[in-house]
Amino acid sequence: MARRGPSARGAGDTHRPRATHPAHPAHSPRRGHRSHHLHPLAWWLWALGLGTAASRTTNPLLLALLIAVAGYVVATHRTDAPWARSYTAFVKLGLAVLVVRLAFAVVLGSPIPGTHTLLVLPEVPLPDWAQGIRLGGRVTAEGVLFALYDGLRLAALLICVGAANALANPARLLKSLPGALYEAGVAVVVAMTFAPHLVADVQRLRAARRLRGRPDRGLRGLAQVGLPVLEGALERSVALAAAMDSRGYGRTAEVPARVRRTTAALTLGGLLGVCAGTYGVLTAAGGTYGLPVLLTGLAAALAGLRLGGRRSPRTRYRPDPWGVRASLVAASGAAVAVLLVLCEAYDAAALHPGVVPLTTPDLPLWPAAALLVGLLPSFAVPGPPPPAASAPATTAAPTRTPTPTPATRVAAPTVLSPSKEDA
Amino acid sequence: MIRFEDVSVTYDGAAEPTVRGIDFEIPEGELVLLVGPSGVGKSTVLGAVNGLVPHFTGGTLRGRVTVAGRDTRTHKPRELADVVGVVGQDPLAHFVTDTVEDELAYGMESLGLPPDVMRRRVEETLDLLGLAALRDRPIATLSGGQQQRVAIGSVLTPHPGVLVLDEPTSALDPAAAEEVLAVLQRLVHDLGTTVLMAEHRLERVVQYADQIVLLPAPGARPVVGTPAEVMAVSPVHPPVVALGRLADWTPLPLTVRDARRRAEPLRARLASLTPHTPPGAPGTPPHTAPVQGHPDPAPSPSTSTSTSPSPTAAFPRLRRLLSRTPAPDPIGPPERSTAPTAPSTLPAATPVAEVAPLAEVASLAVRRGSVPALRNVDLSVVPGETVALMGRNGAGKSTLLSALVGLVAPTAGSVLVGGARPHRTAPRDLVRRVGLVPQEPRDLLYADTVAAECAAADRDAHAEPGTCRRLVDALLPGVTDATHPRDLSEGQRLALALAVVLTARPPLLLLDEPTRGLDYAAKARLVSTLRGLAAGGHAIVLATHDVELAAEVADRVLILADGEVVADGPTAEVVVGSPAFAPQVTKILAPQQWLTTAQVRHALAALRAAERERP
Repeated sequence: MARRGPSARGAGDTHRPRATHPAHPAHSPRRGHRSHHLHPLAWWLWALGLGTAASRTTNPLLLALLIAVAGYVVATHRTDAPWARSYTAFVKLGLAVLVVRLAFAVVLGSPIPGTHTLLVLPEVPLPDWAQGIRLGGRVTAEGVLFALYDGLRLAALLICVGAANALANPARLLKSLPGALYEAGVAVVVAMTFAPHLVADVQRLRAARRLRGRPDRGLRGLAQVGLPVLEGALERSVALAAAMDSRGYGRTAEVPARVRRTTAALTLGGLLGVCAGTYGVLTAAGGTYGLPVLLTGLAAALAGLRLGGRRSPRTRYRPDPWGVRASLVAASGAAVAVLLVLCEAYDAAALHPGVVPLTTPDLPLWPAAALLVGLLPSFAVPGPPPPAASAPATTAAPTRTPTPTPATRVAAPTVLSPSKEDA
Repeated sequence: MIRFEDVSVTYDGAAEPTVRGIDFEIPEGELVLLVGPSGVGKSTVLGAVNGLVPHFTGGTLRGRVTVAGRDTRTHKPRELADVVGVVGQDPLAHFVTDTVEDELAYGMESLGLPPDVMRRRVEETLDLLGLAALRDRPIATLSGGQQQRVAIGSVLTPHPGVLVLDEPTSALDPAAAEEVLAVLQRLVHDLGTTVLMAEHRLERVVQYADQIVLLPAPGARPVVGTPAEVMAVSPVHPPVVALGRLADWTPLPLTVRDARRRAEPLRARLASLTPHTPPGAPGTPPHTAPVQGHPDPAPSPSTSTSTSPSPTAAFPRLRRLLSRTPAPDPIGPPERSTAPTAPSTLPAATPVAEVAPLAEVASLAVRRGSVPALRNVDLSVVPGETVALMGRNGAGKSTLLSALVGLVAPTAGSVLVGGARPHRTAPRDLVRRVGLVPQEPRDLLYADTVAAECAAADRDAHAEPGTCRRLVDALLPGVTDATHPRDLSEGQRLALALAVVLTARPPLLLLDEPTRGLDYAAKARLVSTLRGLAAGGHAIVLATHDVELAAEVADRVLILADGEVVADGPTAEVVVGSPAFAPQVTKILAPQQWLTTAQVRHALAALRAAERERP
C-alpha cells in the first residue's frame, strides 16, 4: 500500500510513458480552457445588479434595453452545456408571467382609472361578500398598459436570474461554500438534478405506453406512469447514494472533542444571536441593541462554520480564482444597480412613466447609459472556446478500427498528443 | 489484496443466504473475473469488497472480508474509498458532478488530497483514458463508451489499489468495449492495480483474466482457478471455448489467436462443407419458409411445420399460439409494386416481387434537436426475415427502431409499416402492426403481478382473455400469476415484455438491445424464441451490440454509422469482412464463413454420418 503515499507515488508514475508529463506545464495551452470559467459568484452578482436595476423602473424602453443587455452577454458568453439551456426556459417563463399579468388585468379589471376604453367584456355579477372584486367589464388602455409595464419588470427580473443560471454553472457556485456546508450543498445540487431526470423518465415511460397500444397523451397517461417513474427515480437515488458513499462522500476527519464543542456552541449561539438581532432591528423598540447583536451573532455563526470545516477533510480541485475580471463583472452589475437607484432618487418620473394620462414613454439618457455599463462583461471576459472543442461525439470518438492489440491503440494517442502540442 | 474468508450473505427477509462459502484470495496486481449465471450473487460479492454489502444494503454478512488489510466489518465504504474504486452497472448513476474534469477530481476532493496532486493526477488520468479532448464536456453529452471511461477514470484518480467493476462492457459496442478493456489491462500491467470484475459477455473479457471465480449456482461454493481450468467446467462460456470443447482441444483455447493455431485440422475438415446447416438457423435463405407457402405473415400450421421443422420443435406451444388464428390484417395489402431493396439476400429462385415487405423505409432522415440522428436510410423487411442493426453507441440504431414504431417522426423520407405511417397511426391500431421491446423491458410493465400484467395486455390488444398468459407460459414456463415483475430476472422480464408485445400479434417485431444483462442460458432461450417467431412468419428487427447474437439469429445485418447505413447484406458476408463485428467462430475459421458453434456441430455430425455410411 506504500504507493498511495504522496512520496512514493512516483514509483507508479515511472511506468507510464514519460512523454505524457511535459505536456502539462503551467503554460500549457489547455490551461486557458478553464479560464473562461469566471468565478460563478461574479456572474451572479452581475445578474443580481441588473435585477435590482430592473426592479427600480417600469419604463418599458429601459426594461427592453436591460433585457437586451442581459441577452447580449448571454449570447456571447454562454456555453452549450445543459445548464446553459435554462436561459431559454427562463425567457419563456418571463413571457408567461407577462401574459398572465395581462390576462388578469383584462379579466379582473384594474384599479387604474382610465378613460380610453378598449373593449367591454360582459361583467359577471358577484354577490355582496365579493365586493371589490370585478369579473369582466370595461377594459381600459391605461389599465392594460400599466399591467404591461409591471409584467415586463417581472419578466426582466426572471430573465436576469436565467442569465446567471446560463453563465455560471450552479454546481460550481458550490465550490465557494465553506467546507462545513459543502456536503449539504452537494445534496441540494443532486436533488436539483433529480427534476430533469424525472422529466426524462416521464417522457420515456409515456413513449412506452404507446408501445402497449395505449394513448400516450392526456392526463390519464401521465397519472398511470407516475408510480413507475417514482420507482425508477428512487432506485436511481439509491444507486447514486451508494456510488457517492463508495467515493468517500461524508468522510470526516478526527477533531478533538473541545473543537467540536466550541463549534456547536459558536454555531448555535451565533444563530440565536442572528434571530434576536433581526427581531431587534425589525421592531421599533430594539433599535439600540438590534444591530450589534445581529452582527455579533453573524460573526459567531461564521466562526462556527469555519471551525466546523475542520471536520471535513475535503480539498478543492481548481477552485475558480477571483481575479480582476471577476471584480470587473461584479462591479459592472453593482454599478448598474447603484446608478439606477441614484437616477430614481434624482428623477423618479423618467423611470416611472405615467399611464394616466396616456403618454408615450421616452428614453431617459442617463439611466440608459447606466444600463449599458452592464455590457462590460462582454468585453472584459473572453467568450467560451469555439464549439470545435466541444463538438458532438463524432469528432470526439475517432473512427474505431479495432486491431488485435488494443493496448497499443489506447497508448498511441497518449504518447502522440504531447508532441502535437509542442509543435 | 482482497481476501474473502468463508463469507455468506443473507439479506433481510430472505430465508437462504444469497451467497455462501465464499473463500478466496486475490493477490495484488491480478485481474480476476467473477462469472456465473444470472442471480447467483455476483453483485453481492462485488458489493462486499468495499463494504456496500452489508453497510449500505442491509442484511447479514458472516465470515470476514478484508481489503488491503482493512476489515469491511469495521470500515464503512467511505473509509475504504482510498483503497477500493467501484464502478456499478450504470455509469450514469455514478456521476456526482456534471463535467468530466470535475468528476475525475471528485473522489480526490473527498479524500482531501492536496490541490497540486489532484491536478497532476487528473491530467495523467485524462491521458491514460484518452479523455483529454473531452475534459470540459458536460457528462450528459458523452456517448456510452466515453461515460464508462469517465466512470472508471473517476475512481482511478485516488489511486485505489483495487478496482471493482460490475459489467463494465455490457452496454458498449464492441470497439468501445475493447477500449475500456485495454485501459483495464494497462492498469493491471503498468500500475499493479488489482481488478475484480463481473461480466456476462465472456467472449470479450476472458482472455484478459488471470484468475476466474465461478459461482456455478445460487448458494453454491465458488470454483476458483485459471481461466482454462474453470472454463472447462463452467456452465457459462464464450463461443471460443464452446468450439474448443467441441473439437476436443486441450488445453482449452481462450483467445481467437490460440484457437486459430489449433484450428488448422478443423478448417481442413470443414473445407468441403458450406455453412448451410440447420434449417431455420442463419445461413438458410430466410424467406423460403413463409414465402413458398403463403405471403401471409401468419401462415397456416401445415405449411410452416413442413418447411421449417427444427426451430419450431423447440416451441410447439408458442408455435400453436401464434398461428392458431391467422393474424388479423386490418391494414389491407401494402403496395406490391415496390420490390424489397435487398435483393442480394434473396435466393434467385424465390419470386421476389410477390413478397410484400412488412416495413418499408425510404430515404429516411431524422433529426434530434439540431443533430441529425439518421440520414438517408433505406430498409425493407419481409416476413420471416431477421435483421440485426449494428453499429457503435449513438449510431442511430434506437432511433431507427423508434421511427419504425412511430415514436419519432421522420424529418424527411417515409416510413411505412404494414402500409401505415407509424407516427400518424393511433397506438391501439399500431400495436397490431408492429411491436417494440425497448432497451429496458421494465418500461413496458406497469402492473404489480404477472397475472395483472397479462390481463392488461389482453385488454390493450383487444385479444381474447388468456392470450398473453398462454404466451407467458410458452416463453417463460413456471412463472406464477402472483410474481411481481420486479422480482423476475433480466431474462425473465424480457420474456414477459416480449409476451406482452406479442399479445397483439404484430407481424413485425422490434427488439432494442435484448441481450443486455442476459447470461448465456437466457440468451440461448431468447435465440430459440426468436427463431421460432421468424419461422412463424414474423419479421424481426433487432438492434444489438452483441455480435454473437447477431450471428445466431440474423439473416441480414445492417451496420449504421453516424446515422447512415454503411453495410447491408447477409450476416455471413457482412460480418466476415469486419474485425469488429465478426463473431469468434468466424474469426477462428476464417476465411470459411462459419458463424456459430451450432453450425460447426451440425456440419461435423453430418460429416461423421457420411463417413460411417461410406465404408
